[in-house]
Amino acid sequence: MSRLIDVENLTLQFDTDEGRITAVDNVSFSLEAGEVMGLVGESGSGKSVTAKSLMKLNPRNAVYGPDTRITLHLDEGPVDVMSLQTDREMKIVRGGSISLIFQEPMASFAPAISIGDQMVEQLLIHTNYSKPQAKEVSIEMLDRVGISDPRTRFGQYAFELSGGMRQRAMIAMALSTKPKLLIADEPTTALDVTIQAQVIDLMKDLVSEFGMGIIFITHDLGVIAQTADKVAVMYLGRLVEQGTVRDVIRRPAHPYTRGLLAALPTLDDIGAPLTPIPGDIPSPLERPSGCVYHTRCQEVIGPRCAAQVPAFLKVDADHAAACHIYDPAGDSE
Amino acid sequence: MSRSPLITAKNLSVHYPLRGSLIGPAPFVRAVNDVSLEIAPGSFFGLVGESGSGKTTLGRAMLRAAPISKGDVHFDDGEVAYSLKNLGKKELKDYRKRAQLIFQDPYAALSPRMTVRDIVAEPLEVMGLTRSRADTDERVREIAAKCRLNVEHLRRFPHAFSGGQRQRISIARALVSGPKFIVADESVAALDVSIQADVLNLLKAIQHDMGLTFLFISHDLSVVAHVCDHVAVMYLGRLVETAPTRTLFSGPRHPYTKALLSAIPSLDPDDRGKAQKLEGEIPSPTNPPPGCKFQTRCPHAMDRCRVEEPVLESAGVEHNVACHRWKELIF
Repeated sequence: MSRLIDVENLTLQFDTDEGRITAVDNVSFSLEAGEVMGLVGESGSGKSVTAKSLMKLNPRNAVYGPDTRITLHLDEGPVDVMSLQTDREMKIVRGGSISLIFQEPMASFAPAISIGDQMVEQLLIHTNYSKPQAKEVSIEMLDRVGISDPRTRFGQYAFELSGGMRQRAMIAMALSTKPKLLIADEPTTALDVTIQAQVIDLMKDLVSEFGMGIIFITHDLGVIAQTADKVAVMYLGRLVEQGTVRDVIRRPAHPYTRGLLAALPTLDDIGAPLTPIPGDIPSPLERPSGCVYHTRCQEVIGPRCAAQVPAFLKVDADHAAACHIYDPAGDSE
Repeated sequence: MSRSPLITAKNLSVHYPLRGSLIGPAPFVRAVNDVSLEIAPGSFFGLVGESGSGKTTLGRAMLRAAPISKGDVHFDDGEVAYSLKNLGKKELKDYRKRAQLIFQDPYAALSPRMTVRDIVAEPLEVMGLTRSRADTDERVREIAAKCRLNVEHLRRFPHAFSGGQRQRISIARALVSGPKFIVADESVAALDVSIQADVLNLLKAIQHDMGLTFLFISHDLSVVAHVCDHVAVMYLGRLVETAPTRTLFSGPRHPYTKALLSAIPSLDPDDRGKAQKLEGEIPSPTNPPPGCKFQTRCPHAMDRCRVEEPVLESAGVEHNVACHRWKELIF
């Protein structure tokens, strides 16, 4: 496998009326081609903002940290994403080599333009296809994602399609430019379980067929277990745990990941009481000091948790967590 | 459970008219079609199905918030007994006090211009249940405390609260009139897992303390498995299977129930792709297929299923299933 993207020290803040809010705090990860990374976290954890940063798709009040480096490795050579300025330069990360699938397909298709015209439009922007070629490629893609009668669907509008169909069309559109990296932001959350299972299968097939990397953002650990090779867990803008899907789900190292797994209702222990994580996610305006999770953590080991940001430490070969319990000597520092 | 059911739906249908053509009879959607169901007092009754299955409409009909086209719903809490189809104005007002709804989206369900105190107090004022402001305040504080909201919280506006806290405000508002029956429509679907567990535990505790009966509408079977004692599965306006929770999850008899269960993503990374997957999507209720409503997606459908609609029949203790082939199909 070859390296696809490197994210180093990604920090992102937003200037708001109520002050500067930290949305992402010093997040680093990398992804190989053909690899699926699950990005897990609750609402407000910064997972969507992190993914959108890779396309520099954040509003004008976003301020990137000075040490932020995002490098996209393409066949033509590395691209320094942070240095891209004009719309023209950013085409490469916005639909060119990176595609994005949103959660709500109804909101991400323009309602008054047919599905087909939207697919053709982006192909004309990002590829050298002629209009008739772009139409054929689009219809082929619609067929590939399991949409029956793709020629008719091509001329239809988003409202004429069911939720599952719209999400398939969204996937077809995102993949028709043959991106190297696909960012899927909660792509199955708005779907019924039966349709979710179909869409997950489809995405797995496409990864192996096209060999692209996928960042799969979700709050559903079950979906992660079924799709991802590796997992990154976020809480309040920080990466708290990273590792292979088996390690993170079977031997969660961070107390937050453990809490998430314990809170999850599963069919194996019907009737067993659920264990919530105590308290609420703090507002980003009142970020806790030290470890951001210490206000809800049930494994706090001392005053250090509220005072000192824990380092990201290896707990196993491919498994790391940011928690003081893995740094017993840390007190002396 | 020897008492008579709190809610009894008898051949209940809810039909909505569609804007039709000028000629011929006006078409309509059969959102709920010939549903019979009993909910025992003190039960936490789960209602599951995909979007478009009619579960929300069924819940609303039980609250008299959807029109009852055919059949009826009976309510009997030991104090009063109502037939919901023929409810007078005065009785309906009394029924509103006894049957309440908790909505899905705690961000949309609370007015941003009202304080939490006013939101929770509104049902009391509208229904005229308290005599004085002091009386109202006391009742609001009492219910708020049950939902873990303190006096300080009551002074604030909804925007100051997180999703989980807002849902606790919605719950307090539903409880303040002292209802016997609560319909919780996807009430935890918009919440994060860590908060969802907390709200579910709260609902269970309240049900136990106040002796309530819940209709818990959800698309999430693992949540239903944890909180409900009975479950009904709906598909395209019909009930396809009803059973006590353990029976349903350990031995589903309807192919649709089986498919729903196996579509839940497993937490085991080594368990990928083993599940039996359902093809296609739920048909439009404006144009339902003939025969069994599930036949277009059922892997076990045969000729009979395409012409004759199965009815619910007993498949065990409190276990009913509507499938022509349930006896031969072992999952």
